[in-house]
Amino acid sequence: MHVYLPIAEISVNVFLVLGMGGMIGVLSGVFGVGGGFLMTPLLIFMGVPPAVSVATSANQIVASSVSGVIAHWRRGNVDLKMGLVLLVGGFFGSSAGVALFTLLRRFGQIDLVINLSYVVFLGTIGALMLHESVRAILRSRRPTARRVKLHQHNWLHGLPLKMRFRRSKLYISALLPLGIGFSVGILTALMGVGGGFVMVPAMIYLLGMPTSVVVGTSLFQIIFVTANVTFLQALNTQTVDVVLAITLLVGAVIGAQFGTQIGAKLKGEQLRSLLALMVLGVCIKLAVDLVVTPIDLYSVDLHVIHE
Amino acid sequence: MKQQAVSFLITACLVLAAFAAAAPTVHSQQDLVADLSDHEIAITTGFTGAELLLFGAIEGEGQIVVTVTGPRQSMTVRRKQRVAGIWINTASMRFQNVPSFYAVAATGSLDDIDPDVRARQEMGLDHLSLRPVLRDRDTPQDEIKSFREGLIRNQVRHGLYAAGTGHISVLSERLFRTRVSFPANVVTGIYTVSVYYIRNGSPVHAQTTPLRVSKIGVGAYVFRFAHTNSAAYGVFAIVIAVLAGWLAAAIFRKV
Repeated sequence: MHVYLPIAEISVNVFLVLGMGGMIGVLSGVFGVGGGFLMTPLLIFMGVPPAVSVATSANQIVASSVSGVIAHWRRGNVDLKMGLVLLVGGFFGSSAGVALFTLLRRFGQIDLVINLSYVVFLGTIGALMLHESVRAILRSRRPTARRVKLHQHNWLHGLPLKMRFRRSKLYISALLPLGIGFSVGILTALMGVGGGFVMVPAMIYLLGMPTSVVVGTSLFQIIFVTANVTFLQALNTQTVDVVLAITLLVGAVIGAQFGTQIGAKLKGEQLRSLLALMVLGVCIKLAVDLVVTPIDLYSVDLHVIHE
Repeated sequence: MKQQAVSFLITACLVLAAFAAAAPTVHSQQDLVADLSDHEIAITTGFTGAELLLFGAIEGEGQIVVTVTGPRQSMTVRRKQRVAGIWINTASMRFQNVPSFYAVAATGSLDDIDPDVRARQEMGLDHLSLRPVLRDRDTPQDEIKSFREGLIRNQVRHGLYAAGTGHISVLSERLFRTRVSFPANVVTGIYTVSVYYIRNGSPVHAQTTPLRVSKIGVGAYVFRFAHTNSAAYGVFAIVIAVLAGWLAAAIFRKV
């Protein structure tokens, strides 16, 4: 059964899209990540124009983050103050990102930038995660594990504009979360990702936030940043496909049910190394696409005239 | 085969009916009569492409050429080049009034037709009038040619330009018919279907029929909403996502 996507202007198999949403849902259930970093490339592989893929992923992430944050909110795992500071940064970052996106699209470089960003980020994060999880697996085999410090103090803690974050038990410069929010906001606009895969490590390693509040706080601010991206993309580029977003979402909701059950049966380090391998796999596929000679050196951009 | 024979019969009947309707003028200069099986293609939610039948009759001997051109747009063709191992778009050329869709069908070879006529009526992919908007007046012809060919190759690959010349079947040197297929990614707007009746290499009769391709139903509504009221559409997309996410969380809680 095919469905015609009104904004992407292509006809796709409903079950393929539902299946893809389902797979992303399983991943988000298993690993606790949004899965935007896999969604956008998969949509592009399916033939959805890159610009529509990025904008629609952002729209879909709004929904998955809302359902994710509710559970964390009930358990009190959201640092509201930290979330709001990150959000201010994220708001400016994503607005700048959409402007950059529009500009790059005009110069015909948007596909390249999307691909390159994916290769760089997925490659870095995948390698770091794999390294860390393999070490953790090896360490768990040896009983004499060293206790590591919660976080180290470095030059980052000497920055001005200090602020107290009670829930995170931190007294740090507001510039840090602002900067992180800003950078991740740009990524959201350019790559159609929630940015959890960058935000979470940054919160743990750069800010030194306790792990318990990291995911909830990150989800909280992702809702607003992706909503901002959705709105700006709808306004500037008209590339948000609601039909595609809803279809993906239905699959993702069902998939996440199974994902949570599978996740409960696997160990943390094994999960992380699996996720790392998957991230590296997508990274390699995208890197190969950049290097291999394309089927046609010429490509066409339409300047659609609207009725 | 049987199905084809039946549809041919139907075509014949339709054409005869057309003749009957035009009875008083049958003996006048009406050397060419043609019509489409449908004058509108509706892109619905389940749209996967469409196929139309063009049929008609001719009086006397000659060649028939049918061209179908979609709404004209401007297009930018980009060329990739390897820079530090990576393929990057480095050059581009803009073309104006490019047909968004093109198909041609003919009885016999298009090569028998006068090249000027072919160029004027855009008969065949190599005779499409694709005019570049040149920033540099000294752009070599070779360069224009390769961008032009790149454009055509891309359109053919996406099914928007039919590769080669389609077949027109003729029955007893009077009735003819041909099929035109449209892929799922067709552009909406008014298409032009032209039928030429050619004798000794130049057209003696021509008939043009418009064809409308439009979106209908939910898809059309969403598209119009997104393009005419972008800000409200953005808000709508966010509200839908928030509600869907909240609903999903509610269901999860019950389970």
